[in-house]
Amino acid sequence: MEVLKTYKLYIGGQFPRTESGRSYAVLSQSGQHIANACQGSKKDIRNAVQVARKAQASWAAKTAFNRSQIIYRIAEMLEARKGQFLEELQALGFDLKSATQEVETSIDRCVYYAGWADKYQALLGTVNPVASSHFNFSVPEAMGVVGVVACQQTALLGFISQVLPALIGGNSVVVIANQKLPLCAITFAEVLATSDVPGGVVNILTGSVEEMLPTLSGHMDVNALSLAQLDIAIVEKAQTEAVENLKRVMSYSIDFSQSRAQGLSYISDFQEIKTTWHPIEQIAGGAGGY
Amino acid sequence: MMSQTNWNLEPSMESAAQIQLQAQYELFIDGKWQAPLSNTYYDNVNPADESHLARIAWSNAADVDLAVRAARSAYENVWSKLSGAERGKYLFRIARLMQEKAKELAILETLDGGKPIRESRDIDIPLACNHFFYYAGWADKLQEAFPGQQVAALGVAGQITPWNFPLLMLAWKVAPALACGNTVVLKPAETTSLTALKFAEICQEAGLPAGVVNIVTGYGDSGAALVAHPDVNKIAFTGSTAVGKQIQKACIATNKKLTLELGGKSANIILEDAPIDQAVEGVINSIFFNQGHVCCAGSRLFVQESIAERVLEKLKFRLQSIYVGNPLDKNTDIGAINSKKQLETIERYIQLGLEEGAEIYQPTCELPSAGYYCKPTLFTDVAQSARIVQEEIFGPVLTIQTFRTMEEVVQKANNTPYGLAAGVWTDKGARIFGLSQQLKAGVIWANTYNKFDPASPFGGYKESGFGREGGLHGLRAYLKFPN
Amino acid sequence: MLGHLSTPELSSLLALSPSIDQIGTQERIARIQARSIKGAAKIQGLRMALSMIDLTTLEGKDTPAKVRQLCFKAQHLHDQAADLPTVAAVCVYPTMVGVAKKALGNSGIKVASVSTAFPSGQAPFEVKKLDTLYALDNGADEIDMVVSRGRFLSGDYQFVYDEIAAIKELCSTARLKVIFETGELDSLDQVRKISDLSIAAGADFIKTSTGKIQPAATFPVVLTMLGAIKDHFDKTGQMIGMKPAGGISSSKLALQHLLMVKEVLGEAWLSNEWYRFGASSLANDLLMQYQKQLTGKYQSAAYFSID
Repeated sequence: MEVLKTYKLYIGGQFPRTESGRSYAVLSQSGQHIANACQGSKKDIRNAVQVARKAQASWAAKTAFNRSQIIYRIAEMLEARKGQFLEELQALGFDLKSATQEVETSIDRCVYYAGWADKYQALLGTVNPVASSHFNFSVPEAMGVVGVVACQQTALLGFISQVLPALIGGNSVVVIANQKLPLCAITFAEVLATSDVPGGVVNILTGSVEEMLPTLSGHMDVNALSLAQLDIAIVEKAQTEAVENLKRVMSYSIDFSQSRAQGLSYISDFQEIKTTWHPIEQIAGGAGGY
Repeated sequence: MMSQTNWNLEPSMESAAQIQLQAQYELFIDGKWQAPLSNTYYDNVNPADESHLARIAWSNAADVDLAVRAARSAYENVWSKLSGAERGKYLFRIARLMQEKAKELAILETLDGGKPIRESRDIDIPLACNHFFYYAGWADKLQEAFPGQQVAALGVAGQITPWNFPLLMLAWKVAPALACGNTVVLKPAETTSLTALKFAEICQEAGLPAGVVNIVTGYGDSGAALVAHPDVNKIAFTGSTAVGKQIQKACIATNKKLTLELGGKSANIILEDAPIDQAVEGVINSIFFNQGHVCCAGSRLFVQESIAERVLEKLKFRLQSIYVGNPLDKNTDIGAINSKKQLETIERYIQLGLEEGAEIYQPTCELPSAGYYCKPTLFTDVAQSARIVQEEIFGPVLTIQTFRTMEEVVQKANNTPYGLAAGVWTDKGARIFGLSQQLKAGVIWANTYNKFDPASPFGGYKESGFGREGGLHGLRAYLKFPN
Repeated sequence: MLGHLSTPELSSLLALSPSIDQIGTQERIARIQARSIKGAAKIQGLRMALSMIDLTTLEGKDTPAKVRQLCFKAQHLHDQAADLPTVAAVCVYPTMVGVAKKALGNSGIKVASVSTAFPSGQAPFEVKKLDTLYALDNGADEIDMVVSRGRFLSGDYQFVYDEIAAIKELCSTARLKVIFETGELDSLDQVRKISDLSIAAGADFIKTSTGKIQPAATFPVVLTMLGAIKDHFDKTGQMIGMKPAGGISSSKLALQHLLMVKEVLGEAWLSNEWYRFGASSLANDLLMQYQKQLTGKYQSAAYFSID
């Protein structure tokens, strides 16, 4: 008799069961019951946002180089666990070729974003030549806590493509995983748990998008939302709830397997621009300004 | 030895006689002045003395529709076909014409909105001109601005500007929109439309193709019609957070790109090692600039305990040489409150502060008998939870709190739904960067306050809005990106 | 001769001197310069400025005759205009004090003498002391001493302090103006520090410059010094006078300086008891502007005497 794994949630670096005590069956494409996943609840979202808020400042405060190393380490560990992801994807009904492509592209995307950690600032930031005697510069800064509803078409790639640009930019994230295909997300959580990403920086919940998203989009302590390939009605509802605290809402419709589904703009989508002024003393007849 | 006292400046009035106001202003649509289909006008008042200035057209949805159609047609047939370089030339030409009419614009701005002529003359109008000059130069460099990304114009931009910096906010919106290849329908604030209407004349004089800039005056309902119009591709709004939220809601389920510049309750922090006299002057600039009608006003002052008494003493002394009065007087520091409604709001908050048990200080100065005026006001003994500390007053009212540690002040400064700006005063460079990193705000003024420049991006975090205006970042708001 | 502050005391005093931000200082000045001084306020300001002048001649080529002419001018600024004030003082070298004293008689105009090896201050203390005593013995009402900038810049604050305190003691009832020669100081922070030091050592007035070095009485320097005077007054209730010297040659500048005094210190300082302009060519420009205000006609220098 086979032991069916129950995939738990990932909140604050721990793997709790949902506080609601519910689970749901994860089925393969052919309808076979292959595992159980937690049916996350509003309170799980609440708990996740709380720890995400707490973890965000220290994550953003790590040096850019350090964040780069940490994300690159994730790529290494994904590579090491490639077999497990392939098995899961195949169990869900993907053929080996498409499963391999999904995992390999995901690993590549990880490497890609790892490399961005200490570079996007130079491209998104500016030194501005103001007319008064002031040094004036603009730098990108993480928005804070980003709520993510992972792409519901892909098991791993969409998830990676949405989470990493927010993460590399110093945000913490609360992710609602692909409802039907949650396994890879939770296996990714296992990767995270043994990585140097501090607990609480990435939080992953499984269950009903419809049930959990309103809590996330209405949450006053979530700064932004990353949505992908959702029904327009769901997106509009989330956008409406997001207005309450002026969340920045990104809704992607791109196919994440495309090469242009990665890039600087996905990082800048979750960055604020902060502009700082400071006087320049005029010395020896020097004119102010840079 | 000879002794002198009571040396007082005499009023030095800028002459409003050189301004030719029309009795009635129509809508500026498709390069022409058109009577509103609404057939409705409203009275525009000079807040300095409550005198009647002009009748202004009050556009309805049909008028707005006409303006959007004109903008669409100009976009499709003319503006989108011009090269960036040609668009830039129009902007340069507009900038130059604005400079040439700077004095007239300054007087108009002061008559219409109540701001001191010194500010309209030295700040608003020059900055507005410079904004056009700045973005004129970007028009043919958009691909270089965003390498590797095929950026494109959005189409028709609907823009709604506030009454606190009428022409400057127009410039912040119209200049980048046109530079990026969009056409514009602008709805200025109902109390301050005159410089926008003058700007329409400048567009005509510059030979700007008809329909590229359209100006529809009116109240909030005119703005709402613009936001609701299905053929508008972009909405840019500066104003209150409450209205910003309504607009954000209205833009859902549309493809309208949106930028919002909303309210604030910005912290201005003075540390004990600050250059104290310049910091005190910075406080004056932070809260009394433009009667405090500034979204990024440093309305919450935090002073380190060890120097708090001294700072307060200096502030009170400094207030004695702040002149409150007729905004056309070149010596006026604080002019008229923009409208009766706003004056009532401010007065309500001052009353609330008293009810909340705060200690008030106002200098002894006489206010003009007619018009809307408010004395500069300091509140001490205020709690973080007091409403006058939490809510945006949008007037010359400062709350003063003390703090001991930097951790404490960072926490209190960020303890607000807003995040537009913050000020930091300290002599220690390392501390400036440490604090500016911690403060959640889009603009940090270190050892200065309320400085603006076309090259410098401006915009907020959290409920202060999203998007940036000014600088390279300001272009993003008016361009379509591949993703 | 030693002042009463010990080195540790002096150090802690100077540690309290606030830092000065140059750009913020310029912005404050720009606000004052943007003010419009017109009509009766302008006339009043011009008269006030005239009454605050220390009419100065400090040339190697000065002669008793030149000094006597200057003293005449001091009392008769422009007799074609009725009811003009006189200047506050005539400022000369110690050797000319006797001449000036006699020429001014009982006009009420003070005689100010530069001293302590003006303008460089590069002399032994004994010489500075004799220099000062000579001026006092010849009847100087006011002593304009120079500080030892070299010592100040090298950080020997005690030396500078003691020197000022010693001269102050010699002065007895004569008022002591301490000249910083701000053109030789490096920053506004130093201007502030030397202001605090000099006030503590007993200066009755602080003065920007000798007039021999440029830049001299710039607005940022003067505003910084006014800040020190204001802080001292708020702390002790004691008023200290201010004398910008060098570079203020037009009425416009003089009026702006007066407005700065009014806004930064208050109207109590708007008298020649507490405020002076060290100048030679300013007087005629003030007179020309004054006549313009009265007659409505722009004036020609040819109608105003040069002494």
